[in-house]
Amino acid sequence: MTETSFASARPTDLPPLTVHRVMGTETEYGIIAPGISDANATVLSTQVVNAYAATLREGLGNLTGTRWDYTDEAPLSDARGWQIGRAAAEPSQLTDEPPVLTAEQVALVDRAGDEPAEDAAVLMNLVLGNGARLYVDHAHPEYSSPEVTSPLDAVRWDRAGDVVVQRAMARIAATPGFSPVILYKNNTDNKSVSYGSHENYLVPRSVPFGRIAAALIPFFVTRQVICGAGRVGIGALNQQPGFQLSQRADFFENEVGLETTVRRPIINTRDEPHAVAEKYRRLHVIIGDANLSEVSNYLKLGTTSLILSLIENELIPVPEIAEPVRELQAVSHDPSLRHLVTLTDGRRVTALEIQEMYLEAARSAVDVQGGGDAQTEDVLARWESLLVTLGRDQLAAARQVDWVAKLKVLQAYRDRDALEWNDPRLALIDLQYADIRPSKGLYYRLAARGEMEQLVSDDDVVAAVADPPRDTRAYFRGRCISSFPKEVVGASWDSIIFELPSQRRLQRIQTREPLRGTAALTEELFAGSRTAEEFVSRLQGGPEPSMAP
Amino acid sequence: MAIQDQRNTGARPEEQDEVTPDPTPAPAPGQSQDNSQTEGVDDLLDEIDGVLESNAEEFVRGFVQKGGQ
Repeated sequence: MTETSFASARPTDLPPLTVHRVMGTETEYGIIAPGISDANATVLSTQVVNAYAATLREGLGNLTGTRWDYTDEAPLSDARGWQIGRAAAEPSQLTDEPPVLTAEQVALVDRAGDEPAEDAAVLMNLVLGNGARLYVDHAHPEYSSPEVTSPLDAVRWDRAGDVVVQRAMARIAATPGFSPVILYKNNTDNKSVSYGSHENYLVPRSVPFGRIAAALIPFFVTRQVICGAGRVGIGALNQQPGFQLSQRADFFENEVGLETTVRRPIINTRDEPHAVAEKYRRLHVIIGDANLSEVSNYLKLGTTSLILSLIENELIPVPEIAEPVRELQAVSHDPSLRHLVTLTDGRRVTALEIQEMYLEAARSAVDVQGGGDAQTEDVLARWESLLVTLGRDQLAAARQVDWVAKLKVLQAYRDRDALEWNDPRLALIDLQYADIRPSKGLYYRLAARGEMEQLVSDDDVVAAVADPPRDTRAYFRGRCISSFPKEVVGASWDSIIFELPSQRRLQRIQTREPLRGTAALTEELFAGSRTAEEFVSRLQGGPEPSMAP
Repeated sequence: MAIQDQRNTGARPEEQDEVTPDPTPAPAPGQSQDNSQTEGVDDLLDEIDGVLESNAEEFVRGFVQKGGQ
């Protein structure tokens, strides 16, 4: 990176413009058991968690952290500065309460059967050795990735979650007496229901929330052109035949709000930082589609992180959209990408042109600082190239973008068999694109034919199923769980709870700084501790207090 | 198979085209698919035919989810 004459124009106390920041993803999978007509979704989701636990018991035997520590969860805390009462909240907003199964439902869950005395409890939650969380989120199994610091790592550990649930599905299918369960990485049942795939970005608390919301709304309304997953059917009730860019667009009703399950807002205000609250906020993004395409996922995370960086630097141009919710849906409903969005200043521009405004702002700001780091430059180059391709010939972006890959297959079927948009076979292709079984999922069939661009090797993904990222507190969490499976009795994003034979009280170790607890800070501590007792005592006041996360 | 599935559609093609514009851009004049491209698409569709669930209408109807975030 060379200094340019522009560099001095930029105050030096501002953070660098980059795609790097602490981030993570959450995937709620769609779930069915085709052999059972009245299957209870919570029971099926619990089967997934317990089946994965069974695979862990059979393997290295590292299974722990099954109790989620809800102490610091605050789903009703609003980033705009207030807290709503529990009575006023939708029951599904109470994400800090674990779901409960009846005795009959418990009987339907495979507990691997091998250690009934010791492991009799049905698990609703697992914290994994890679630092992720696998749990029952009401009626869906959810994988929440460990914290990472770059979009490429986010793609890697997001894909690791798909492998986790693939292993669980295979285990259920191989268990005598159990009906196979199929999971889908999509966001709607195309009848009336949507479920989420969320992104989380760590942002300094000092950045005013109003500025974040204003700058992100037009970005979120239009980024679906690069990261929409595609959907057959228009309207929340699928009341009109057709194809649209996004799985989620028709389920949004508000611009800004606290809800995630009803009256969904483009900007979610849940203020639950899972970190030092005075220093950070966690921007909880609920508007994205679940991506199978790695390029879509990478650019979704990379461009959003970069725009947040621009917002922190007060460099964002704010094209203000007159009616964001309406335009979100109008953009989604026009795969020709020619729809004109009306701005408050009266201009009418396409979604691609709005994305170009953000790209231009990012490109020039990065140039002013003298260039970007390698991944920032890569995100900028891919973003620019994709916008050009989409503006010229949408179908030419099929190797990169989920909605285009899906549309290309749908269009080929329509051409070959003269199918209308309301033909059930097209609805099946839409659904089965997201089938997470590699033998059946259409995304995986396309990828196996080399028709989807891959950014992360399969070997790296498999390694990420076991290993935590090395550069965040997820390293500390994952290593604690792998190294001390007997003594770690609970965990959360910002704590690990040890139960030690010598201590009458549980030892709760807080990890409220996402960028501590890294391999650089704690690897030696893990290597040098033969027992959990030794580890905790060294951590809590031993010779290296600076290592404590 | 195509004919069999057609009975599930209630609309005539002309009606459909009015409701939903064809999202595929028209090919540029003079641009035509060569044989290898056509074979690639045929081969892809053959593979997908082989993995698609057997009763599309019933399978899609059975995919009912409860709400999520």
